[in-house]
Amino acid sequence: MPNQKKYTGLLVLLLVVVILTALVNISLGSVNIPLMDIFSAFFKEEVSSDSWRYIILEYRLPKVFTAILTGSGLAVSGLLMQTLFRNPLAGPYVLGLSSGASLGVALILMGASLFGGTMAGLLFSKWSLVIASSIGSLLVLLAVLLASSKLRDTMAILIIGLMFASLTAAIVSVLAYFSPAAQLQQYVFWSFGSLGNLSWEEVLILSIFWFIGILLAVTCIKNLNTLLLGEQYAKSLGVSISRNRMVIIIATSLLAGSITAFAGPIAFVGLAVPHLIRQVIPVNDHRILLPAVIMGGAILMLVCDIAAQLPGSQYTLPINAITSLIGAPVVIWLLIRKRKFLF
Amino acid sequence: METLIASNISIEIGEGELVALVGINGVGKSTLLRSLSGVQELLKGDIRIKGKPLRSLSSEKLSELISIVLTEQPISKNLSVFELIALGRQPYTNWIGTLTSKDLKYIQNALKLVDIENLQHKKCYELSDGQLQKVLIARAIAQDTPLVILDEPTTHLDIYHQAYILKLLKKLTVQTKKSILFATHEINLALQLCDRIILMEQNKVSIGTPKQLIEEDVFSKMFPSDLIFFDKISQSFKIKT
Repeated sequence: MPNQKKYTGLLVLLLVVVILTALVNISLGSVNIPLMDIFSAFFKEEVSSDSWRYIILEYRLPKVFTAILTGSGLAVSGLLMQTLFRNPLAGPYVLGLSSGASLGVALILMGASLFGGTMAGLLFSKWSLVIASSIGSLLVLLAVLLASSKLRDTMAILIIGLMFASLTAAIVSVLAYFSPAAQLQQYVFWSFGSLGNLSWEEVLILSIFWFIGILLAVTCIKNLNTLLLGEQYAKSLGVSISRNRMVIIIATSLLAGSITAFAGPIAFVGLAVPHLIRQVIPVNDHRILLPAVIMGGAILMLVCDIAAQLPGSQYTLPINAITSLIGAPVVIWLLIRKRKFLF
Repeated sequence: METLIASNISIEIGEGELVALVGINGVGKSTLLRSLSGVQELLKGDIRIKGKPLRSLSSEKLSELISIVLTEQPISKNLSVFELIALGRQPYTNWIGTLTSKDLKYIQNALKLVDIENLQHKKCYELSDGQLQKVLIARAIAQDTPLVILDEPTTHLDIYHQAYILKLLKKLTVQTKKSILFATHEINLALQLCDRIILMEQNKVSIGTPKQLIEEDVFSKMFPSDLIFFDKISQSFKIKT
């Protein structure tokens, strides 16, 4: 299609912006490190300060990778859901994945006090939150998949996802109501989301899930384009609706589920980035949209993380709040400026 | 509660024929068309295309035999006309949908046959209902199937564009030798243009050329007789005065 040539330049530009924001992200923080020293740290030469090398390699670099993986992964799952449901309000969490994860984490953090000391030991394990939220997302995913195999109507799956979300949110509220303040605070902090706590080992695991999820999304590109005509046309063009739906749900779950497990429920990026990209690149061809959304998500997350660091200060703001604070005005401004909602 | 809609339907459509499917609301026209096109599971019976039973065909294979034109689908209006028509080539393209020069030829040909070459770079949200209908027909033509099925292609159109679309369908059957089957409520227009007409009623289905059906006087019993009647001389429905 002629689109591909027309937009190749733009995609390359986006990639350059990703790299630039990543470099700026590494350079800024509680201590600011000059760009030259970042390059030195990468290429094993002399760095002005030994602690800088440590900060870059052990802290900021894994955080940059986490930002790129979470931003792009959430944006892709948002795009997949928006196209699958042909609904601009859909995001990575419409299937109730984050609610499942929240429930898992809430049970570990706040349930311990309710159900006695049996789970208290788990609290100290570094992996306990990751495992709890993975199991939570997985259970919701299985429920949604079971429902989707029984249902022919895609819209019904959307409603069922919302119902699961309400159910789990209700259980979390009950847990929170009976929890002591300290545990409640721990849970609230988890729900703020965080990019900075991941070791290289965890980044590796996250990137494996990311890679599989993106790969599945890429295999769906043709069917996603066909779905732009609606399910009935897609079916008449030879798309197996239920199989395609299954693959898309699994890809979304791998991406959003693993990201929630490692970085908490970062909601906004997945919903906003596909809209941002569609406003900038007025095209619905997923061969362009998918790579553009991957890079758009990474850029937004990197920029938000820079802002969240409050460069030069000791404080870090919750990433979940920053993504909305920066992203929402941009989406609003773009929509008002164009006066046309492209979907 | 189960409702018996039309039963014992036995129809054959020949190559290059323009066939209209008429009947009162709720008689099962859309159900029949959806069953024929494979969008809906067959309730009962057997459908054969070029001798092959429909049930035995995969949806991929079927997409090379039947194309459809439906109204009121959640089509992304952000697609350009060219892109939308290009999606008709999906059954033939590779895993990521790359268009070959052969695909481009089919798309250009479809644009030309439906006479919308000047629209090809427009976005779908810029089109009128009539233009969009032509684009959807061009998409079906680009899919290059021996049978094209349309569900009420003339709804929402003014009488000029209704006639235009039906004329276009007639022209397409002649030029491409495709068979076209469409459901419609515009019986007056269908009588003037179609090769054959299928009239679906609760308990029977009549099929024949417009002339045959008028001679059999099937239309006068089609609707309740309190408001309209079928005028054999002008071959159209008239309001009772």
